[in-house]
Amino acid sequence: MDHGREINLTTHIGGGLILRNPVMTASGTFGYGREFSDFVNLHHLGAVVVKGISLLPRSGNPPPRIVETTGGMLNAIGLENVGVEAFLRDKLPYLREIGTPVVVNILGDSLDDYAELAEILNDIDGISAIEVNISCPNVKQGGVAFGTDPGMVRAVTRAVKAKTSRPVIIKLSPNVTDITVTARAAEEGGADAVSLINTLIGMAIDHRTRTPRLANVIGGLSGPAIKPVALRMVWQTARAVKIPVIGIGGIMNAEDALEFLVAGAAAVQIGTANFVNPDTTERVVDGITRYLQESGCQALQEIIGTLRLC
Amino acid sequence: MTAHQLKSEIVRKEQLAKDIIRLTLAAPEIAVRAIPGQFMMLKATDKMEPLLRRPFSIHQATSNGLVQILFKVVGAGSKFLADREQGDILDIVGPLGHGFDLPDDPSANLCLVGGGMGCAPLYFLTKRLLTNRLEGSLQLYLGATTAKELAVVKEDFENLGVKVFAATDDGSLGYHGFVTDLVAESLDKELRWQFYSCGPHPMMNKVARFCAAEKWPCQVSLETMMACGISACLGCTVRSSPAKLISSNKQFLHVCKDGPVFDSGDVAWTTAER
Repeated sequence: MDHGREINLTTHIGGGLILRNPVMTASGTFGYGREFSDFVNLHHLGAVVVKGISLLPRSGNPPPRIVETTGGMLNAIGLENVGVEAFLRDKLPYLREIGTPVVVNILGDSLDDYAELAEILNDIDGISAIEVNISCPNVKQGGVAFGTDPGMVRAVTRAVKAKTSRPVIIKLSPNVTDITVTARAAEEGGADAVSLINTLIGMAIDHRTRTPRLANVIGGLSGPAIKPVALRMVWQTARAVKIPVIGIGGIMNAEDALEFLVAGAAAVQIGTANFVNPDTTERVVDGITRYLQESGCQALQEIIGTLRLC
Repeated sequence: MTAHQLKSEIVRKEQLAKDIIRLTLAAPEIAVRAIPGQFMMLKATDKMEPLLRRPFSIHQATSNGLVQILFKVVGAGSKFLADREQGDILDIVGPLGHGFDLPDDPSANLCLVGGGMGCAPLYFLTKRLLTNRLEGSLQLYLGATTAKELAVVKEDFENLGVKVFAATDDGSLGYHGFVTDLVAESLDKELRWQFYSCGPHPMMNKVARFCAAEKWPCQVSLETMMACGISACLGCTVRSSPAKLISSNKQFLHVCKDGPVFDSGDVAWTTAER
């Protein structure tokens, strides 16, 4: 065993964007970065993906918004965010100073919303990539989530790509029959990468009061409970598209992250684990490094997509 | 404001009553910074079940690096914590949130109203208030379901030299009835009071209304379901009052960051009166 050896952890996540290591934060679980500065050295992360931003501020859903479930949690935050103007004014300067790549997650109610956000962000320094949340309903087309219709996935990807020179990551919804179909639609639309999975739609009920535990009735399930589903979808998607795949879903530690990398993910995002242990991201970086040292690897790339099928 | 994540040893475990536990934890970084009303997020196990941390208000923080929590076993998270023993290590994040604002005026008359485990942060607050002054009155009301749940804590407050006005639902100690009724019946309304309250939501709702009617300032410490405690998940929302909505343009407030201690006039009191 060879401890302390330098390992090349760099990874390419599409559109020419190279991260110093594969550990990113999942949108909506890491605030705007600063919230974690007491717990994590933000310089040590591969990238910070910020809380999803819309054109205008959103106040989100009424409480209760979260409930703990077996091995996970359900949330129906309702995309509460400060809006793009306040984000650029109040939140981005801090992250820009840190210097770690910033990925801005965007969301909207229409193709125009996404295009406008992409255009606004294209002129701003200190943004390394755009991640598009397509799990929102398309208000102009009957409220069907963009992410469940391959045609709309293609259209929203094209709309964003047309307005930005930055790498575009499409964040896929797992609430579909076959995620490789929407993944390929994103690729056809010109996506530089796909990230998956977003939360699985679920619900929790209090049988005594016969009421839902979330005011919104349904919400997104996250946490270790969803990891097997996420791994399966990442593995399938990595075989179905040529662009980089970013793995998300229930990663609690370095071992979980390594499983996604072996399944074919070029990078991973840590989500719910940030709530449980605010220092998780940094610990995952350290754990991956240690594993690679101990297994005699020189570089992270030696393990990506190396799943052996018996 | 700096928060810390640290491994903290349980240096003392006291069973104060059936299902009521007080833990003393070695947490110097937290103890030195803690303000009454602030809280900590505790994880009692490395296992993933229960997954999330649990928020606990700080019952006491000492100058020799100890913090205490006082809690009643109500669910899976508190049960797990109650099963820990002296010498066990907990993972703590804290101190977190916006605590009680101490009175600027040393001659202010202060009224503290605690219900059930809501007495926990009021003990820390009382100690802090007593170190600073006092010229005005300090009146303390504590309510509980029954004497057994109140006796030990009442004694602790009395050892600080504070008279405790006690109320129990079953009349086994002090006033027979709600602590809020005891306040209404016994407080000298000729004076102007500043209220601090922590307890069940309906109780604080009553306190808030009472203070609003008298035009007395009132701070309340709220509790909600919470995932992170550090304003990342945005799950711990309460509705703003109409006045707060107008002044801040915020429909919701976050208990972990805007609170847990709020001005009672900032919060929408939506539940039915107890």
